This record gives sequence, C-alpha cells and structure tokens, in this order.
Amino acid sequence: MTFILSDVQNGVMTLTLNRPERLNSFNDEMHRQLADVLTQVERDDTIRCLLITGAGRAFCAGQDLNDRNVDPSGAAPDLGASVENFYNPLIKRLAALPKPVIAAVNGVAAGAGATLALGCDMVIAARSANFIMSFSKLGLVPDCGGTWYLPRLAGRARAMGLALLGDKLSAEQAHQWGMIWQVVDDEALNDTARQLAVHFASQPTFGLGLVKKALNASETNTLEEQLDLERDYQRMAGRSEDYREGVSAFLAKRTPVFKGK
Amino acid sequence: MSELLVSQNGRVLTLTLNRPEARNALNNALLDQIALALEAAQQNESTGAVVITGNDRFFAAGADLKEMASLDMPATLNDPRPQLWARIERFNKPLLAAVNGYALGAGCELAMLCDIVMAGDNARFGLPEITLGIMPGAGGTQRLIRSVGKAMAYKMVLTGKAITAQQAQQAGLVAEMCPAALTLEYSEKLAARIAQHAPLALQAAKTALRQAHELSLSQGLAHERQLFTLLAATEDRQEGIAAFLEKRPAAFKGR
Repeated sequence: MTFILSDVQNGVMTLTLNRPERLNSFNDEMHRQLADVLTQVERDDTIRCLLITGAGRAFCAGQDLNDRNVDPSGAAPDLGASVENFYNPLIKRLAALPKPVIAAVNGVAAGAGATLALGCDMVIAARSANFIMSFSKLGLVPDCGGTWYLPRLAGRARAMGLALLGDKLSAEQAHQWGMIWQVVDDEALNDTARQLAVHFASQPTFGLGLVKKALNASETNTLEEQLDLERDYQRMAGRSEDYREGVSAFLAKRTPVFKGK
Repeated sequence: MSELLVSQNGRVLTLTLNRPEARNALNNALLDQIALALEAAQQNESTGAVVITGNDRFFAAGADLKEMASLDMPATLNDPRPQLWARIERFNKPLLAAVNGYALGAGCELAMLCDIVMAGDNARFGLPEITLGIMPGAGGTQRLIRSVGKAMAYKMVLTGKAITAQQAQQAGLVAEMCPAALTLEYSEKLAARIAQHAPLALQAAKTALRQAHELSLSQGLAHERQLFTLLAATEDRQEGIAAFLEKRPAAFKGR
C-alpha cells in the first residue's frame, strides 16, 4: 500500500498523506514511508519547498488507534515507543529541513495530525477545516511537538484551553488567533498552497533555510546569543550565490534568478 | 595528495586531516605526521598557535581498526602508538581543534588533547570503543571525566553513545559552538588572536594550566608562582606592560 504519495514538480515536492478511508491516520508503515520520502527531500537540492496535504476529506486524524492494538484488559502499552521512533524524528526533521515546509490543511486535523500541521513553517487551511487537540480526551498528552508549538503559536492561556479541553478549533478561529498563516475557501486551497510553494521554489532557498533556522533558534536563545547567531548566518548568507544575484539584479533593475545556493 | 595538509597563515599553522576515504581515521602514519608537524611548529618562531581540523563531515572518526585488529596482546604491549600520542601532547604552544562532524574514538581523544575545542553545530563527540569490545586507549577515559564530570563521562564511555556539539559545550568539552560553515574560520581567528600574545607567556600559561590536572592545589599554586616569576625576567613582560600604559599595541619578541 502507498500511504504517502509524493510528486516533484517545479522544485516543489507535494507530499500527500494517503489513507483517506482512515482519515489519513498514521500507522507504523505510513510512518516508515513518510520517513523515506523525507530522506529524498533532505538529499535533493532541486526540491526547494515541501508541501504537505491530505487525500480525501481529512488532513490527518493523528495516530490510528486500531494500530496500537489497545487491549483494555491487557498490559499497559508503550506509547513512548512510537513517539520516540516515529513522531519525534518526524518533527525534528521538518524543523531542521533547510527549506520552507507548507501545510495545506484540507480538512480535519486531529491529534498528532493537528500538531503536525501546526509544526509546519506556513499553514494554510481550508475554511471548513478544523484542528482538534484530541489527546486529553483519551488521557494523553499532545505529542508530535504539540506542547512546544501550541503555547508559542497561541499563547499560554489559549494553549492550555485547547490542550486541556480537546475541543474543536475552527480554521477561522485559528487564523484569528494568529496560529496559522491563512484561511481560504475550500475550493481555493489547492491553488493558493501550490502558488505559495512554487513561489518559494524560485526564492533564495539557502537564505530562507537560514531564516528558518534562526527563528527556530530564537525560541531558546538569549538576545545576546541570537545576535551572535544573526551575525554568523548573515556572514554565511552574504557568501551565497543568490545574494550576489539578488544585488546585481537590483542594481540592473531586472528580476533575479535564484538558484537556491 | 598528502594525508595531512599543512598551511601557514600569519602566525597560525593549520593542520587538516585529509583521509576522507577512511573518514579521517587516525592510523599510526597520520599520528606520526601530526607529531612531526607539531615538532616543526615548536621550533618555528613564526608559528604562534596551531589549529587541527578535518572536513565538513568528519574531524576524525576513530583509530584505524584494521591496524588495531592485527595486534595481539604482546604486540599491543609494545605498540608505538602511546609514544606518538606523547609526542603530540608535548607540543608547548596553544593547540586548537576545529571540529565539524564526527569526532569519535581516537578523533575525540585528539580533540580533547587540544587546549581549546571549537565545534560546528553539526559536531558529534563520542567514545564508541566499548561497542567494539575494547575501551578508550589514548586518554579518553581520563581527559573526558576531567572536562565533563563523572555523570556524563561514565554514560558516554559505558554506552559508547555520542553527544551533540551543544551538549558538549554545556558539559565543558567545547569552548564555543558555531555554524559548521564558519568553524574553521572562527578557530583560525581565535588562534590568530592568541598568537599575538607573548610566546613565552603563552607557553608558561599553558604549562600552568596543564599542571592543574597533575598536581594538588597547593603544589599547583606554587608552580604557577614559579612560572609567573620566570616571566618577570622577560623583555616581553616589560613591553606588554609598557604598551598597555602607553596605550599602544605591544610588539613582542619572544624573549
């Protein structure tokens, strides 16, 4: 079974979570396929933007509970194992990917599906989509980066409310709260997300990668450390081919042609 | 192409481990070349400090296992390797390691032998010897515990698992972490800054710092004072203090 579809065009890899009959919820095999596709994105310099979306009516319903073989009367399962082996590496790899990652949230994003979407660099949601931190209703903790990203995106009060209640959050509300970049009408989602992805694929990817790294680092750095980091990254960015191209295009009043290096 | 590239820039000598096909594994021949280069640098008045580095992915990923596997117990007893390490350690000028990527086993031991370790954010430090049924044999167990403390040292040596540059910095193994693309540049800058100082003062300070792990505190303090007194007899000390008072850069002569 192909649980992950991937397609590369114009420098954009579109990665589609593809278990529509199970609302694209994760099982181990799907995680393994996703990891393989991520390896390709990491290695291939011609891919300059990653676009993640879901097949069918959902974005992703998180962990497939059927796959965890929960036996209410049996021994306690080790949920930490799938977090350690699958979800944590996934989030670390997306955060470390030196190119923009866009989530096009086409429908419900629940559990790890919601936290995965919110962990992407740019989130565009269909108006009918919603985010559900469903973990707490089962006695669990938001994983897949949820407890780290939520307070940073929504602020502590809203993060607490969302995570403790586990209620549905509409795409509109998520947008009003500044948790996601954009909400569009359902039929416009594909085009809007694709347009943004194609735009990124023509931009100075090396520089964008450094911007992303710097913003991520700012979450733990002091001002002083961050200023040093800005100096270091600016030094590296100033040596990139794209910076030269950007400056010469500006001076010659023409459109720059960036190579991503 | 030589397995050890040597380049001098101003007062800084840079030694680049260059066995990419062997992940810069430190065989006896390479250790010998490092020792020879350092012995030459020690004699050379125009070298003030030395930087040892590898490539983007590997500082040095260990010893040469094929070389080691061929040695039985008697052969290991008379292995020339400890002498090679001792020659490297005898170097009396500031020695910096610019580590990108893996510094494992002997690679980690070489980095720890250096006075200052600068690490790229992609660096990994580890002593995986235990996974091969052996143990660190060139200072790994001794220098590690002195810099990172008991908890981290036992964990690393007994599990063989590597730590990240950030962990290494927090633990005190690494002086400064920088983006990998800038590690060598920043190390050479630091080395150049160090190399401006009076050579005899650098040598005395390095000797005193090394003694800190050999002597008791009172012996160390006494030894420090001897070295301090020794510097009082140098021309460079007069020059250094005079230049400071006259608000001008000092011109040291190494005397």
